[in-house]
Amino acid sequence: MHELLTAQSGSKKLLLGNEAIVRGALEAGISFATTYPGTPSSEIGDNFYRISQETNMYFEYSVNEKVALETAAAASTSGLRTMCSMKHVGLNVASDALMTLAYVGVKGGMVIVSADDPSMHSSQNEQDNRLYARFAGIPMLEPADSQEALVMTRAAFDLSESYGLPVLLRTTTRVNHSRSVVELGKLQQARVRGIFVKDPLNLVPVPMVARRLHIALLEKLKKMRVEADISPFNRAEGQGTWGVVTSGVSYNYVKDAIGELNIANQVQLLKLGMTYPFPESLCLDFIGKVEKILVVEELEPFLEDMLKVTAQEGGVAIHIKGKGDKLLPRYFEFDPVLVKSAMAQFFQLDYKPPKVEIPSDLPQRPPNLCAGCPHRASYYAVRQAFGEGGAIYPSDIGCYTLGLLPPLAAADYLLCMGSSVSSAGGFSKAQDKPVVAFVGDSTFFHSGVTGLINAVHNDHNFVLVILDNGTTAMTGQQPHPGVELTDEGPQPPKVDIQKLVRGCGVDQVVVVNPLQVEKTVATVREIMEGAPGVKVVISKSPCPLFERRITGKKQKVVFRVTNECDMCRRCLDELGCPAFTYCEDENECAFIAIDEHLCSGCSVCKQICHAIKPKKKSA
Amino acid sequence: MQTWRIFFTGVGGQGTLLATRVLGEAALIADIPVVVSEIHGMAQRGGVVESAVVMGNALSPVISDGEVDILMAFEPLEALRAVRKCSAHSLVICNTSPVAPFSVASGRDQYPEVSHMMQTISHQVNNLIAFDARSLAREAGSELSVNMVMLGTLMGHAQMPFDEKVVKEVLSTRTKKSFLEINLKAFELGYKV
Repeated sequence: MHELLTAQSGSKKLLLGNEAIVRGALEAGISFATTYPGTPSSEIGDNFYRISQETNMYFEYSVNEKVALETAAAASTSGLRTMCSMKHVGLNVASDALMTLAYVGVKGGMVIVSADDPSMHSSQNEQDNRLYARFAGIPMLEPADSQEALVMTRAAFDLSESYGLPVLLRTTTRVNHSRSVVELGKLQQARVRGIFVKDPLNLVPVPMVARRLHIALLEKLKKMRVEADISPFNRAEGQGTWGVVTSGVSYNYVKDAIGELNIANQVQLLKLGMTYPFPESLCLDFIGKVEKILVVEELEPFLEDMLKVTAQEGGVAIHIKGKGDKLLPRYFEFDPVLVKSAMAQFFQLDYKPPKVEIPSDLPQRPPNLCAGCPHRASYYAVRQAFGEGGAIYPSDIGCYTLGLLPPLAAADYLLCMGSSVSSAGGFSKAQDKPVVAFVGDSTFFHSGVTGLINAVHNDHNFVLVILDNGTTAMTGQQPHPGVELTDEGPQPPKVDIQKLVRGCGVDQVVVVNPLQVEKTVATVREIMEGAPGVKVVISKSPCPLFERRITGKKQKVVFRVTNECDMCRRCLDELGCPAFTYCEDENECAFIAIDEHLCSGCSVCKQICHAIKPKKKSA
Repeated sequence: MQTWRIFFTGVGGQGTLLATRVLGEAALIADIPVVVSEIHGMAQRGGVVESAVVMGNALSPVISDGEVDILMAFEPLEALRAVRKCSAHSLVICNTSPVAPFSVASGRDQYPEVSHMMQTISHQVNNLIAFDARSLAREAGSELSVNMVMLGTLMGHAQMPFDEKVVKEVLSTRTKKSFLEINLKAFELGYKV
């Protein structure tokens, strides 16, 4: 059984923040969860998936975050306790639903997890989703570590139910992906079947209903402000005349800094866990007790701005600072030295950060497509047909974005999930170069398909290559509607990509296996020369890591470079496969080799070079 | 209580994350406060993988430049890249067997001389243990057990708040049965470095 189900109440575990969130939800009696995977939130869904296999809880990998939120909202309105988790940019996709869900409200407790990614470890931006709590008008909790992630998740369900509003649990990468010691509580029996009570005058926000609901929402928020003032997650620590206000992971940096700067007797710390509605009375009280305040929070000056407003409304003139010169930046995540330096600067303490020498000119090690990745073969074929400067290549979000760097250089433009398809249409209408867009299978289902319908509708002119590797590879091989390889064996896809594309009105559709190089190049050339319009190439070959995991298929061959090699370097310069190495022997004579341990046996290199030959893989 | 700030760096696929997790679980058993931070997702595709274990009297999950007590470098080039994390008092445990980045493998970049890199590091820190963990892993039965060799060396050479038996206990529950014997042997070989 799943570890989060068997672990005893009262026991201590070293849990990832994401695992603690799942356990907290189970302790609150959750029975319905949805997600679209995205780093750093993915392990929440993956754990729910495994738990749903062993219990009567319902879980789904939804097609995108908007769908996930709407599905969960219905379950919650039926009285079930539900969770919907996503990465920060996922909440942009779901925001249309979110803004009105705040009006319509929920019945069963509902927690929306937004996993923000300061420093953009795995993201295209680092927006601060705390602003969504204020924007939509929903309560928000910000855990600082795994223990709080568990306790706050559990409490969030009660909070949600008592006010009939979804609660935003806002985390950051260092909470989601840190492990710390967690004391577990008791699992709760979940209610698994709900009842929907018809109530259109509260649940269908036509203007006359919505006007009333908006006023009701503002009333709820007013009441909740009192809740925030007395919340156990908002507490003052220590006693001194220097004030520090903080929330989330920054609390840990502040605590360590207070110890290391030896200022425990001077500092009073206000640690906020429920940060929206803003605990105004509590903060005004705090403001009255200190001489000046430093606000330590990553990204936007969310608490800082609200504290300043609170001070102004309370008629208190006090120095409140956070973001700014020599203090704290509005970009990237914090670290202990950064916070120590800012505190020392603000409170005029003597502290010198460690001197750091950064070695220069070291070879970089950017992430790369794996050996045997079919995306490489697809990119190679398209580049053979179009050349580097011959076309514009809008790309999308997934492993295949790693094709950005040379030698593949197959990404020219990217905004967000699905933007490859729509931007391709825009390019085709705005300028004269041919346009070839790349989108992954999961991303195509997520939000590429709407762009495709738009392109057909508006007579756009481009080639869309759907890189169909049969899974959501980047985030850990989660399923999507087109999956064929499953734990239960091969199945026909529930939604067939080719039929879907044809159903969108695209007539010029071909399916290729990118590992057959010559055929793929010829097919791409053919479609390129066909009549103008929207044309789709479905480049279909499973992610080899996924295929090996699911089917247990053993690799039989590897490839080697024979002495027929004339050092033309095409393999190195055009494929960029990480299994290849450029070497020199004792006489400084150059040669090229393939690392047998890395070679996945895809045979693409063999098809572009006569000197590369197969050999049996040694056990 | 003292604080132990241990920083792990390596290349995707070298098993740094398992090593950090094992150390974290050992601290839990020994009842030492511990925070482990990991990075998942995009970075793991053949790129640099960094993680941290902070034990004792600290809450911060990440370690700043210049504040690492022990640097566990699974790869020599990454050791040099991460030496910014160290102070003169740091201990560096470094596997000297290189994993060429793609720019080097494709002949566009030169891999720096390992002995030269080790020299640079030893000028910056007082304690450097540099050895070929890959060949010890091979000796133990699998190149994949470099992470266990490294853990062994850590337990054999650093002043830790618990002894190696605790780590072995975790290994027996956290690693696959079929690899356990190899892992324990790799750990032993690393311990004796």
